[in-house]
Amino acid sequence: MTARVGVVTFPGSLDDGDAARAVRITGAEPVRLWHGDPDLHGVDAVVLPGGFSYGDYLRCGAIARFAPVMETVVEAARGGLPVLGICNGFQILCEAHLLPGALTRNQHLHFRNRDQVLRIEAAGTAWTNAFQPGQEILIPVKNGEGCYVADPATLDRLEAEGRVVARYVGGNPNGSQRDIAAVTNEAGNVVGIMPHPEHAVEALTGPSLDGLGFFTSVLKHLVGAPA
Amino acid sequence: MPRVVVDVMLKPEILDPQGQAVANALPRLGVSDVASVRIGRRIEIEFTGEPDLDRAREIADKLLANPVIEDFTVHVVDADETAGAHS
Repeated sequence: MTARVGVVTFPGSLDDGDAARAVRITGAEPVRLWHGDPDLHGVDAVVLPGGFSYGDYLRCGAIARFAPVMETVVEAARGGLPVLGICNGFQILCEAHLLPGALTRNQHLHFRNRDQVLRIEAAGTAWTNAFQPGQEILIPVKNGEGCYVADPATLDRLEAEGRVVARYVGGNPNGSQRDIAAVTNEAGNVVGIMPHPEHAVEALTGPSLDGLGFFTSVLKHLVGAPA
Repeated sequence: MPRVVVDVMLKPEILDPQGQAVANALPRLGVSDVASVRIGRRIEIEFTGEPDLDRAREIADKLLANPVIEDFTVHVVDADETAGAHS
């Protein structure tokens, strides 16, 4: 049976179309979910896309966290549903306390938009099992508030538990502590990543096809997951 | 009508690049005796009834501030002390 991967659209989401396209390219069925609808429509996984939900008012992701769909997503994620937050989606996952830490203004205050090398450090998560540990990939990064911060104890715990999913290589685009580009929760089903795998799934539009691995990973995970 | 003012500031250990950028601009105004600038956010809440500090703290903790990176304080002010009032 074809896996069904939900992509949430918030007011101000930008990359929901690309995320749905990435899902489709990997052979799964994208299901568009609406911020105001708490029903997940039976999807097997959820992507929270990039953009500027609610205009980034107050703090990035702070208001989206209280959207009706998020109540269901948070509950389902705690029950093991794979959830990938990309860029603004990562910010929302931190605001919803599904992931530790927070994303703050880029240290240099500039919006950064470039192709970025990442090193995959945790290849055991629901969204990265198609990669080899230590594998370097190239995907676009584009953010103004992508500086990952957490207190030193939290950072040490993430490192010790193998929950740093990816790090920036060849230059840190936003000042993130310990070059962290992506982290996961304890169970490995929730991943937040600041760069954009959904923009690197086709030769015509992306710098590589490296982003596909995130979307094939979740399909592998779902096949292996107990029903 | 009295309001509750919530002041939200980045925790001292969190870098404030906006504040740094402002501090770095001050010499161009001829100001050379400022050691540092930190930028926060002030939010004024008007309740339908009496100002409720506990309720305001709950709102601040859940939504207005992110406890991972920010601290907040709450206090009640009279209407003529609020930002929109003209003396």
